[in-house]
Amino acid sequence: MLTLSHVSKTFNRGTINEHMALDDVSLHLEPGDFTTVIGGNGAGKSTLLNMVAGVYPLDHGTITLDGTDISRLPEHARARYLGRVFQDPMLGTAADMQIDENLALANRRGRRRGLTWGLPKGEDEEYVSRLAELGLGLENRLGDKVGLLSGGQRQALTLLMATLTEPKLLLLDEHTAALDPKTAAKVLELTDKIVDEHHLTTIMVTHNMNDAIHLGNRLIMMHEGNVIYDVRDEEKAALTVGDLLQKFEEVSGGELANDRMLLS
Amino acid sequence: MLTALSGAVSQGLLWGVAVLGVFITYKLLDIPDLTADGSLALGGCVCAAVIVNMGMDPMFALLCSFAAGAVAGGVTGLLHTRFEIPAILAGILTMTSLWSINLRIMGKSNVPLLKCDTIFSRLSDLTGLSQSTVTLLAGVVIAGVTIAIMYWFFGTEIGSALRATGNNEQMIRALGVNTKTTKLIALMLSNGLIGLAGGLICQSQKYADIGMGTGAIVIGLAAIVIGEVLGQLMPGKLRSFSSRLISAVAGSIVYFLIRAVVLQMGMDANDMKVLSAIIVALALAIPVGMRRSRQRREYTKGGEA
Repeated sequence: MLTLSHVSKTFNRGTINEHMALDDVSLHLEPGDFTTVIGGNGAGKSTLLNMVAGVYPLDHGTITLDGTDISRLPEHARARYLGRVFQDPMLGTAADMQIDENLALANRRGRRRGLTWGLPKGEDEEYVSRLAELGLGLENRLGDKVGLLSGGQRQALTLLMATLTEPKLLLLDEHTAALDPKTAAKVLELTDKIVDEHHLTTIMVTHNMNDAIHLGNRLIMMHEGNVIYDVRDEEKAALTVGDLLQKFEEVSGGELANDRMLLS
Repeated sequence: MLTALSGAVSQGLLWGVAVLGVFITYKLLDIPDLTADGSLALGGCVCAAVIVNMGMDPMFALLCSFAAGAVAGGVTGLLHTRFEIPAILAGILTMTSLWSINLRIMGKSNVPLLKCDTIFSRLSDLTGLSQSTVTLLAGVVIAGVTIAIMYWFFGTEIGSALRATGNNEQMIRALGVNTKTTKLIALMLSNGLIGLAGGLICQSQKYADIGMGTGAIVIGLAAIVIGEVLGQLMPGKLRSFSSRLISAVAGSIVYFLIRAVVLQMGMDANDMKVLSAIIVALALAIPVGMRRSRQRREYTKGGEA
């Protein structure tokens, strides 16, 4: 489904802040793979997602999605294939627009936008039933401005918007990191449900080792711009947090995983 | 006095078209676009040149004003989106260059339309009403039609994408919209309306002047700010999109009424610009001051209760 071959990215090349975020990464995702990505700060997890999404241009390598080479496509052109949820709940929705307006914008992802009405009456029904699936009561609040919603509600809405028209690939960038534990659990549960129902190929970056172990069928660990560990299926199911910590200490030469990873 | 007030209302309505243009960039896109000063004068100069120098129809002249404004907005848009020049600087560059361009278009700094037909003189001949009545009525119709078209446009798929661009650029890009294009469209539409307003003002005052656009952006902002205050004073706090557009035009009318009154009271017309700037500065500063004083009032050391 998704193939990265020899992808590299260096930020601030030629300056004192030069930082190699991705170092010749090759990765292949099968259709339906739900991959969780863990690693310390600066390991290149978010950069990996951003390179796939087209936020920054590639230095080297190619990215192929379902047979299409998307390496040189701009961000907005790749959007037709991708559903994205960001770490910051404020980034995924337009606060000053209504819930139904946000959904209508998402429903047109990757389609040519014209001069027909942006919020046709006929679409309400679908939005209501999809919102009802979230179980947050948003189905009765179609006309409310999104800015009135809580962070968790906004993140759930963003998740729905990202999957409203089925993406070829769903990119989740620490999408529960900014939420309180209870809300985070709820959003994760929704994530699992939606991915499962639609058999979405998914990459989820997380700093939470438990989540990384319990969700998905594949886990990769990154360190200093490289994929250093890649397990799937039964082998992944048997993993424990202890295993991951040990693995992490092996590659980082005894240096301990960062606090965020340990505490959660 | 009454004729002065009715003149002020007409002026407010015609300027209302420019205010709606400023509304697009300032309120929807969150860019204070300084092209406005240049494109308003450009609209007036093009209108005068087309009518006087080329002897064309005044209606056609208005179309030219709109098109010229849109091109000016396009230049700012390309400087901003393609070459990543900050929006304010891009606007300043276009505005500055338009001064020279406007002089080239007119050939001199002031072109009177004295003996030429305008849409207002035509309507006056057609209906038998006085020129000032016709200007007032035409102003109502033109502002009304502009509001209706804008209401429609910003409800369409492209229009929604444009509003979303001003609201959350990253989100709408992730939903497949090229935000460079939406910004360009918004800047062109905005300056097109401002250019059109320049043409209308030129025809109503029967001359075009190189300085007629100076301070247009501040007048636009003042009108929007006044309109917002009016909207909040109304029962039910009008927040819908159409009422925001209507209050922008209402703000423009009130602005020109205030102006007419203070001019009647003997204020120098040249002092009007500093008054406009003070209105805008106060309107932007008062909410901040109120927030600060509320925070100070609500602060308690704790432990007393």
